[in-house]
Amino acid sequence: MKEKKDILILAIESSCDETAAAVVRNGREVLSNVIFSQIALHTLYGGVVPEIASRKHIEKINYVIQEALDRANVGLKDLDAVGVTYGPGLVGALLVGVAEAKAISYAANLPLVGVHHIEGHISANYIENKDLEPPFICLVVSGGHTHLVVVRDYGKYEVIGRTRDDAAGEAFDKVARAIGLGYPGGPKIDKLSKEGNPDAIHFPRAKVEDAPYDFSFSGVKSAVLNHINGCRMKGETLREADIAASFQKAVCDVLVSHALQAVKDYGIPKLALAGGVASNSALRQAMKDACERERIPLCYPSPALCTDNAAMIGAAAYYEYMNGTRHGLDLNAVPNLQLGER
Amino acid sequence: MKILALDSSGLVASVAVVEEDGLDSSLLAEYTVNYKKTHSQTLLPMLDEIAKMIELDLSTIDAVAVAAGPGSFTGLRIGSATAKGLGLALGKPLIAVPTVDGLAYNLYGTDGVICPLMDARRNQVYTGIYEFRDNHLTAIEPQMAVSIREIAEKLCRMKRNVIFLGDGVPVYRHKLTEILMAELRAGGKSFSFAPAHLNKQRAGAIGALAIQYFKEGRFQTAAEHQPDYLRLSQAERERAEQKRTEKQPSASEEIYDPQDV
Repeated sequence: MKEKKDILILAIESSCDETAAAVVRNGREVLSNVIFSQIALHTLYGGVVPEIASRKHIEKINYVIQEALDRANVGLKDLDAVGVTYGPGLVGALLVGVAEAKAISYAANLPLVGVHHIEGHISANYIENKDLEPPFICLVVSGGHTHLVVVRDYGKYEVIGRTRDDAAGEAFDKVARAIGLGYPGGPKIDKLSKEGNPDAIHFPRAKVEDAPYDFSFSGVKSAVLNHINGCRMKGETLREADIAASFQKAVCDVLVSHALQAVKDYGIPKLALAGGVASNSALRQAMKDACERERIPLCYPSPALCTDNAAMIGAAAYYEYMNGTRHGLDLNAVPNLQLGER
Repeated sequence: MKILALDSSGLVASVAVVEEDGLDSSLLAEYTVNYKKTHSQTLLPMLDEIAKMIELDLSTIDAVAVAAGPGSFTGLRIGSATAKGLGLALGKPLIAVPTVDGLAYNLYGTDGVICPLMDARRNQVYTGIYEFRDNHLTAIEPQMAVSIREIAEKLCRMKRNVIFLGDGVPVYRHKLTEILMAELRAGGKSFSFAPAHLNKQRAGAIGALAIQYFKEGRFQTAAEHQPDYLRLSQAERERAEQKRTEKQPSASEEIYDPQDV
């Protein structure tokens, strides 16, 4: 058998509020992973401001890319391809990465591979779990997405469940704002919940009729807001930690039960978590307990690879590259790109 | 010297390669399209097309020039990110040419004043007032974002012949005529609108101006370049506005100026 040559990919990610670049070898080995986070900037506004994010991306992008190349100790001539997130995300933000990646691919004569952001999140699992191979079920939970996906093969996805309203992370942000924690809500609720009783208040666990894997989080969010209003009207002191912990448990319960249901129904006994909310400690614990009970192998990326980063895009780009995916100089940003769409 | 120039600041997408050899300069190729705003999809394929036609070896260019604002925020970033990517990959410097200067340079040698107009929405135009002094493009009023009335009044006060150009012309032609007609005519001056081949952004003009800038040392690294939007984002504007109103009490305190006492 011929010896397989290493494939080095420069990956660029700018779909939301992180400007990121990475160099990844053979889809699994991260040589560098550089992120410029804009969170502090957007905190002033209580959420991501698209125009500010786009401006920051263009300000930082070359520094971030150069740093990724330097830390990996490679030059453009050592690379095999450029991978870039082209959707979904904020269109103005995506465009910066896409235009930059296209120009680099053109000037350095490198193949261009457009990557779906969620495919990146799912692929983050390949980096630290060297044995993980499809098929498996993946629960993708972040500020913008809540998807239950059957990963049939590398690059082959079947979305079996999605949120009907708010993404899980979005619900965290809204509840965090309501109890005065501010942005970003996920980590703050996670932290405060550790001081609260998750069974103090019962918030609803929504089921979507006829769609066993779909999610709905607007109900639990409204229930939290109603509870807060109720307390205020009755002049009761708000027990923020209990609210946070009870809300978090309600969300986690639904995520865990849906994911396990999918594992059983599809007969694919392997589960992965992905996305920013996958770094939530309560979700990890609940999923771990449930999977241990059911003897289902579970994996999830370390927190740094859960939130937006370019290493995951490099991992996804590698498998797309190996599948023969190549994009042209006319690649555009697609803000509502569907998983599996080309 | 060879410059690769890009302009995607407005309705037009344009790419060009401009060369200067001693006293001679020429436009080796230019591709300009004013058809729908799909700059993200068209700009690089256009560059690829002209590069093939003139058998351009990208490593032989000396710098990448870009219309660096003002303009459509997204359009500017498509141009800038493309230029930055090229600059990074080729290891070449970047020349940021103000969009309105580039527009004005289309009308080289005119003896009146040049007033480019780009529709900036929110009842404003991106504009400026230029003239050629000793054959040198000179800004009398550097590029700015103002109302059409404000720029028209400045022009009235100058009492000179004016040529307008830019994608703001169709939007404001009527209003301009209304404001300027009587004023300028009374002083024996006139105004006109540039014809089709000169009245929009052209990367050739950006490249030609960039050669001058380059010789004057006005270039930057691809990494440090960012567009000059001439405007804050809406969120920043609103936040500044909010802060201003919150500070109202302290503003009224200023009425009791120590000098008044």
